[in-house]
Amino acid sequence: MDVVVCVKHVPETAEAELKIDSTGKNIDRAGLVYDINEWDDYALEEAVRIKEKQGGTVTAITIGAEDSDSTLRKCLARGADKAIRLTDPKFEGSDGYAIAKILSSVLKTLHYDLILVGMQAGDDGNAAVGPILAQMLNIPHATMVKKLELATGAAKVNRELEGGLEEQLEVKLPALFSVQTGINEPRYVSIMGIRKAMQKEIKVMTLADTGLTEADVGPAGSWLTIDKLYVPPVEKQAQFLKGSPDDIAQKIAEILKSKGLI
Amino acid sequence: MAAIFVLAEHRQGQIRDITYEMLTKAQQLGEATAIILTSNKEMAKPLTEYAKTVITVQDPKLENFNSETYRKILSTLIAQHKPKLVMMGHTSQGVDLAPRLATELNLPLATDLIDLAFEGENFAVTRQVYGGKVNAKATARKAETYLATIRQATFQPKKPEPPANGQITEIPSPLTTDITEKRFLQYVLPPPGGVDITAAEKLVGIGRGIKDQANIPQVEELAKTINAVVSCSRPIVDKGWLPTDRQVGTSGKTVKPKLYLALGISGAFQHILGMKASDLIIAVNKDPKAPIFSFADYGIVEDLFKIVPSLKNKINELRTQKA
Repeated sequence: MDVVVCVKHVPETAEAELKIDSTGKNIDRAGLVYDINEWDDYALEEAVRIKEKQGGTVTAITIGAEDSDSTLRKCLARGADKAIRLTDPKFEGSDGYAIAKILSSVLKTLHYDLILVGMQAGDDGNAAVGPILAQMLNIPHATMVKKLELATGAAKVNRELEGGLEEQLEVKLPALFSVQTGINEPRYVSIMGIRKAMQKEIKVMTLADTGLTEADVGPAGSWLTIDKLYVPPVEKQAQFLKGSPDDIAQKIAEILKSKGLI
Repeated sequence: MAAIFVLAEHRQGQIRDITYEMLTKAQQLGEATAIILTSNKEMAKPLTEYAKTVITVQDPKLENFNSETYRKILSTLIAQHKPKLVMMGHTSQGVDLAPRLATELNLPLATDLIDLAFEGENFAVTRQVYGGKVNAKATARKAETYLATIRQATFQPKKPEPPANGQITEIPSPLTTDITEKRFLQYVLPPPGGVDITAAEKLVGIGRGIKDQANIPQVEELAKTINAVVSCSRPIVDKGWLPTDRQVGTSGKTVKPKLYLALGISGAFQHILGMKASDLIIAVNKDPKAPIFSFADYGIVEDLFKIVPSLKNKINELRTQKA
């Protein structure tokens, strides 16, 4: 089974304080740490597990600048056989639709039985690239996949619905699945693995290699153009308790007591 | 007035809240038109209170959602009616359907919107990026019809006064053959767990800030001290540190305890929707800009590991004084 995983190199922002940069259309990236998009990490792990079970290959693809190589190295170290990076200044400002066009141009030249993507990216959170790509490649898809079982010519997948419910679907292969976090437990990569991965080749492609034109990518080829970013106004703010940890703990305990909670 | 299509969302015979939220917003944007694809004739009726026009396709094949049956019907309806906008939920259904439908029809799509408006010629949208820490205002490429998925619980549903008293138009089902590439098999319920967090009077919720599974026992101890149950946000369940039945949020449980003590939870909106109705919310987080502080009654900007041991002691001290 040949599996292609589409990954994105994104800043970790869960615990970072974010500022808008001087253009007003981007965040200030200074000091941010980048890694593989969390959802893609699960997709990658799922791909590698399929390869370990059934044989075949895993190819990792990303669109991004040269620093995305560290995410591709992680993919190679985890067990991907090949890595492709699509890099071109013209790709900047591409939304999910333009990104899917770029990915599909490469995927059309590859053999695959399965395409796995993260269901969304932690930065722009569109949750759209997977199904757009499936439509462009004319293969079936399912999103928010929490469980994947492969059979001959088809897969049984569980999709996450709301309120803890899931639905089970049967989807014919080749297919594209967008993976939800929690589908597996991504493994840690050994130092040996990373060293080995340093020797593997990363294939670099540009706009000219995709068969697309400038009008297909970047803002011109996108559905949406960002006008501005802003930190959301605070409508309501908690009353902050200040002091030493002991002072604060004392205050919390008193609040709980006053409300009859202890 | 231009037609605004709202795709009604339903599951297991129930129309979901997002439907009414979207219909309420759609009335402000144009002529709200509800679209319901269903196997059950009765389901179109409640929509007539919200929309002047209700278009329904009824077919036994539409009992359960399938993005491909929906896509086939909607692409025909959109081509015929050319609405100005098609709204659906940014839910497990909309996420599966909208991007592919937009690509097929070559119509611009904006996802997970928290606001949307027609500003002159432009379709202007607001969405959240970077996990809700930043908002993005964006403009869609000009088109005759736009597609949008709407975040749950963003717009307050409100029945029009007087009721819309809508007309139901039934359209013959175009589903002549079964769709075989993607078939619904069954609903799967999570395995029943030992703890019902929705019944707990007090919850101590943990999130990413807990850092390691080995740190959970000290939180459990604190919870025990105040007779609370430990719940969590999604990452904790994803890592397998707590079972699924402890998860609070849109993909987990909705809770309304007397106390929700949030430790190391930044407050992704999916989590917030599951706990914001709690009577008293106290949040501890290192990031002063964490969204949880907009929903908490009391906030503590501090390392949770400095607060937890001390809090346990102070509660015990107060108890002793009481006795």
